[in-house]
Amino acid sequence: MGKNKSVTRNRKRLNQSNLFGTGMLYLLPALLLLGVFLFYPIIMSLYYSFFEVGGGGQVGDFVGWEHYASLLESPQFRQSMVSTLLFVLYTVPAQIIISLFLAVIASEKLKGNGFFRTIFSSTLGVSVAAGATIFMFLFHPSLGVLNNILGMVGIDAVDWLTDSRWALFSVALTTVWMQIGINFIILLGGLQNISRELYESADIDGAGYFAKLFKITIPLLSPVLFFVTIIGVIGSFQTFGQIDILTGGGPAGSTNIIVYSIYQEAFSYGNFGYASAQAIILFIIILIVTIIQFRVGERRVHYQ
Amino acid sequence: MMRKFIFYFLLVLSSLILFFPLLYAISASFMEPQEIYAGKLLPSSISFDAYGEVFDRVPLVHFLLVSFTVSFIVMLGQLIVSSLSAYAFVFIPFKGRELIFFLFLATMLIPWEATMIPNFLTILNLGWVNTFAGLTFPFFALPFGIFLLRQHFLTIPKELWESAQMDGCSRFKFYLKFVLPLSKSSLSALGIYGFLTTWNQYLWPLLVTNDESRRTVQIGLKMLIDTESSSSWNMVMAGVVVILIPTLILLFIGLKYIREGLTAGALKG
Repeated sequence: MGKNKSVTRNRKRLNQSNLFGTGMLYLLPALLLLGVFLFYPIIMSLYYSFFEVGGGGQVGDFVGWEHYASLLESPQFRQSMVSTLLFVLYTVPAQIIISLFLAVIASEKLKGNGFFRTIFSSTLGVSVAAGATIFMFLFHPSLGVLNNILGMVGIDAVDWLTDSRWALFSVALTTVWMQIGINFIILLGGLQNISRELYESADIDGAGYFAKLFKITIPLLSPVLFFVTIIGVIGSFQTFGQIDILTGGGPAGSTNIIVYSIYQEAFSYGNFGYASAQAIILFIIILIVTIIQFRVGERRVHYQ
Repeated sequence: MMRKFIFYFLLVLSSLILFFPLLYAISASFMEPQEIYAGKLLPSSISFDAYGEVFDRVPLVHFLLVSFTVSFIVMLGQLIVSSLSAYAFVFIPFKGRELIFFLFLATMLIPWEATMIPNFLTILNLGWVNTFAGLTFPFFALPFGIFLLRQHFLTIPKELWESAQMDGCSRFKFYLKFVLPLSKSSLSALGIYGFLTTWNQYLWPLLVTNDESRRTVQIGLKMLIDTESSSSWNMVMAGVVVILIPTLILLFIGLKYIREGLTAGALKG
């Protein structure tokens, strides 16, 4: 009996290690690629942040925390952080509120709403470069539509992209427009998942449209709203293309938000070490933001 | 009745505002330069001059072909790598797979931009600057794609594998003959998503290409603005319209799949 048992145990172990081998075989491509293009480089970013590294990747002197210390003291970096935070504030709430409004009106049972849903989703198919180029034209000081409209109602032209009080707002406006498509699609999906029965019983109680919207729809949509907030905040921190095309970080550094700042430091000035320290700060900020959102979100969100 | 009217009014008004930039870009691409200077909203007659000019000035067809190739390779790579991983997570009950799955989940916390400097150096050292390999390889492993497919694979009954196994079906054959065909809708969603996001990429192609041989349309557009925006906006807008057509068509055809796929990811993931 005892012998038999150990045979089955051995077979089980053999089977288990076989399974492990097979499983790893299927995971191998993903593990290899993530290793080379994600885990290795994030460790290297951390490593570079403690050294002087030149534009070709030549690692020079060890400098310890010096890059981080000078970042914290640098007025440019402080301005970049302020611009980044302002940018998140300008873009995330606006894009969610507008997309939610569009999702609510497009989820009404009306003839032809498929057409409107397609229109509202369309900016998902607009690339950063194309979207930014169109807005660059709209923002043009003399030919642009925006200033033409202002002129018609007798307001002075605004230097949308070259006035440091307006540039960040203008880039944010472009970004909000481009983000509506994806947010709309996700929120509409969330709305359609809410059970009809809840509305029917609210109808019996004689609840009005807005009572239903604020008492049923929005609370039940909160997990989805939470999801679009997280991806919105992370996406804003990662903004690059529209800055490169519209303002190049200017005027006077007012739109030099963090990824653009990393790009310039590394690829225009060739300070890979200093740029890597900024990259690590970006990583830490996103980590903290995500953890905070999960902590707060878990308490606030209602699940159906 | 009143209620219907209000909703149609809001829908039409929102569509006009939201779609205005695209409509105006199309309209401007058909204008003569004088009409743009006059600040007109619609062209007096439809002129294709700007389109002829933009194809003359920049090798737009070449850029389009590069973008198409890159997006197609990334899409295929993501589908293969993601479906293999998702298959392992669902159908191969090996020890430690929860741990590895958690590891994959954690990668979502690493912003890609925080890794771009070492990645750039990797491509440089491999001699992959201005190559399709450099433009595509780093994007094959997409954790989001793995989760999306895993969610779908979980809905395939395990009994199917058990009975296939009794008929002598190997694991790989089961993946190829049963799991993939049963997941057409989420594979389409992921494929369209991968193609669109790659087509629209900006920062990475800017870093790893420095001549026209492997330049994508997005970087080509940036080049066009740098050289032409002071004078010929109708030409720049024609360029914009040309690079928007492929993705807008793909989006409109695939919207149903994307909606189902992304919604599943957002709600259950």
